[in-house]
Amino acid sequence: MSKELIRLRDLTMEFDGERILDAINLYINDHEFLTLLGPSGCGKTTTLRIIGGFLTPTAGTVTFDGKVINDVPPYQRQINTVFQRYALFPHLNVFDNIAFGLRVAKLPKDEINERVNKMLEIVSLKGYGHRSISALSGGQQQRVAIARALVNQPKVLLLDEPLGALDLRLRKDMQNELKRIQQAMGITFIYVTHDQEEALSMSDTVVVMDKGRIQQIGKPEDIYNEPKNAFVADFIGESNILDGVMLSDFKVKFFGRTFTCVDKGFEPNEPVDVVIRPEDIDIVAPEEGHLVGTVTSVTFKGLNYDIIVEFKGFKWLIQTTDFHGVGSTIGIRLNPEDIHIMHKSEYSGMFGDYSSYSAEYDELTEDAGDEEE
Amino acid sequence: MKHLNRIFTILIFIFLYIPMAVLIVASFNVGKDITEFEGFTLMQYAEVFKDRSLLTLLGNSLIVSILASVIATVFGTVAAVGISGLSPRLRKPVMALTNIPMTNPDIVTGVSLSLLFVFIGSQMLGQRNSLTFWTLLIAHITFNLPYVILNVMPKLHQMDKSLTEAAMDLGCTPLQSFFKVTLPEIMPGVISGAIMAFTMSLDDFVISYFVTGLDFITLPVEIYNYTKKQIQPKIYAMFTMLFLLIFVLMVIMNLLQLKNDKKQAKRGGAA
Repeated sequence: MSKELIRLRDLTMEFDGERILDAINLYINDHEFLTLLGPSGCGKTTTLRIIGGFLTPTAGTVTFDGKVINDVPPYQRQINTVFQRYALFPHLNVFDNIAFGLRVAKLPKDEINERVNKMLEIVSLKGYGHRSISALSGGQQQRVAIARALVNQPKVLLLDEPLGALDLRLRKDMQNELKRIQQAMGITFIYVTHDQEEALSMSDTVVVMDKGRIQQIGKPEDIYNEPKNAFVADFIGESNILDGVMLSDFKVKFFGRTFTCVDKGFEPNEPVDVVIRPEDIDIVAPEEGHLVGTVTSVTFKGLNYDIIVEFKGFKWLIQTTDFHGVGSTIGIRLNPEDIHIMHKSEYSGMFGDYSSYSAEYDELTEDAGDEEE
Repeated sequence: MKHLNRIFTILIFIFLYIPMAVLIVASFNVGKDITEFEGFTLMQYAEVFKDRSLLTLLGNSLIVSILASVIATVFGTVAAVGISGLSPRLRKPVMALTNIPMTNPDIVTGVSLSLLFVFIGSQMLGQRNSLTFWTLLIAHITFNLPYVILNVMPKLHQMDKSLTEAAMDLGCTPLQSFFKVTLPEIMPGVISGAIMAFTMSLDDFVISYFVTGLDFITLPVEIYNYTKKQIQPKIYAMFTMLFLLIFVLMVIMNLLQLKNDKKQAKRGGAA
């Protein structure tokens, strides 16, 4: 990729003695779309606000284009922000909101008009210049907020859960829109979200955070396919996580049975976490299966069924397009590439067991507010 | 029950406004006796505008009220911004401290200010007449400040904190962001604070009585002297005008509030 633009070194933040960020190290390249992903309270918004200049870190440095900018105030940074609830100026109309930054910079009137009008076109709000902010829908306000930031041609755009307040349909549209704008204008985007699907579909790089620490950095595919620990495996998509022992390279033992896998480089007989994605599991007749279990619950999800299958007291989530009724006995087969091995971590044993699975419960927790800081 | 409510409301309004009605009627009376309406006339109003000394007094009152309310509004707004920026632990006691002077009896405020002015004037500056226009003005600014802060504070609280951050994000220094974003947002509070301060100043008698010198007398103070003799009917006319002035100001203030509330509701509905 292109050259490095921002680097965070041992970035630490404490509020009233509570550690919000714990020595974050991260670099962000020019033109990159990087997403900070994690549950509420993980420190992602704090990280963004430090980059924006609204918070001064307790320790560590922020480097921008090779210079340390810890003490540079927000109004002197070549960075603009799209705020969580847009923060549009209610006393100004759409045009004046977008022109705000250019007027502060005292640009000539003609140039301001030209740039604002071009921006209105880019965000598909041509002809909306004279509307008052309160007369706009949520999606339109969102686009004004993006235009107001981008019209200043910043090197970096920070976006703090910008789609959080929109409904699902609009959110999908705006995701595509944002990706398009980012590619068209060639600006670095640093995006904060708790929505893993959003992160995977939009980003070049995903940074998974929890408890003020970076859990994993990688391309969306790598984060999904090669999660580093049980937290990442559970937070990104659905995962069955089991205790296993790595006998040797490519050989893992769990449920009293040895499986072939594609992972290597572990200590002999090292205890590990084994991740099996629900959509990777093949259902076969009981006599052909590596494992045999009983279906205990079925939920229709549209594209597929989510079924919970009990194997020797441990419940797995399996996604299948074929219907298997509650109480039926099925066998499963696991191919080597379906099995992913992770080192044990502080998160081992906390995730990946569907014994208390309930579809409704899952939906409730997913949308629980993500107010940070 | 509903009828009873209505009757009570009407009674309360009569109770509140009948003194004003009596005053207004008296101002149009031909005769000097308020117990008997002898005929309608505008003569008393003409008298007001002929009486130089009365006009000077009114002018004095207006000068003090306008200056005091403008200065108090500037200081009060700045103070409110400062207070709202404090940590919650500090903010509450500070707000309590700013509110206490409002509940303090005027006579206590008046006497203590007077003592302070005399002490500073005679002991520290060596003046013979330490009570002047300036002490009056300072006193008025002092008792106006809490009213301004009280009106501006809620507007600052309602304001989305990220607005000032957004302004700074777009290149404003903190000072620029105050004038370009914060001030327009809290303007309704600033205006109602200024109007309230002005009316408080205009009708203040107790504090003014203690802190003003002989060379600068305001209307309420002089009227107190009038009450020792028979009140002239032209005073009724002037009171009526003062009442109308304050009434109009209050209506404006309430309309502003209403307009702002509507805007707020609309904004809330759209988000």
